[in-house]
Amino acid sequence: MAELMELNYTVSNEDFTRAGEASSDVKKKLKQLGVSPEAIRKVAIALYEGEINMIIHAYGGKIKVTISEEAITLILADKGPGIADVEKAMQAGYSTAPDKVRSLGFGAGMGLPNMKKNSDSMEIQTELGVGTTVTMVINI
Amino acid sequence: MVVKDLVNLEKFTPLCPMSDKEITKVFCCDLLSIAMGKAPSGSAWVTVMANINTLAVASLTDVACVILAEGVSIDDSLIEKAKEEEIAVFKTELSIFDAALLINNSL
Repeated sequence: MAELMELNYTVSNEDFTRAGEASSDVKKKLKQLGVSPEAIRKVAIALYEGEINMIIHAYGGKIKVTISEEAITLILADKGPGIADVEKAMQAGYSTAPDKVRSLGFGAGMGLPNMKKNSDSMEIQTELGVGTTVTMVINI
Repeated sequence: MVVKDLVNLEKFTPLCPMSDKEITKVFCCDLLSIAMGKAPSGSAWVTVMANINTLAVASLTDVACVILAEGVSIDDSLIEKAKEEEIAVFKTELSIFDAALLINNSL
């Protein structure tokens, strides 16, 4: 699988005003590459949800986006607290987000389910006290 | 109906430049978590949630425009951000329901 481009971003801690910068930039680059609007929307949503999750739960983190001719791979790695119960976290509506986040319109427990819905495959590696890495692949 | 036709309905005030994007649907939601997953691209999104994340969700979901209902508005820095991201934002004194109904009846 020939790799066309690799993009790297850092998500800063607790900065909701900057949430979406990575997704927005990736979206622009994919548009320039002529990727279909459907695939771009999936990538943008999955990545934005991931960014928000890293800000809410994990004091920020790193994002790596790899674009090939067949697929876009999103790797979101953080050194946050880890996810205690992945199965629960995957349930729509289950949330551990604080009230502050809910008042902004987030934290309804839709993040991970939405990421899964918008990607062709998603894998979560997590260890309590160490961090979480979410890998998503979106075929193009 | 395209986005800039909204002014002809005489209830919507544009806060930044309008576009010629076609409005395909009306979508109402104040919870960004849900809007992120459900806002149809090309829709007119009616909401009272007005913060920078509203603009990010609008941009990423490719909605045609954002309608801020119930007299809600955004400050100059957010208007600048909307211009930068090329998101058409309107405000209205109408309720969410009445705003959505008016647009829907005009599609």
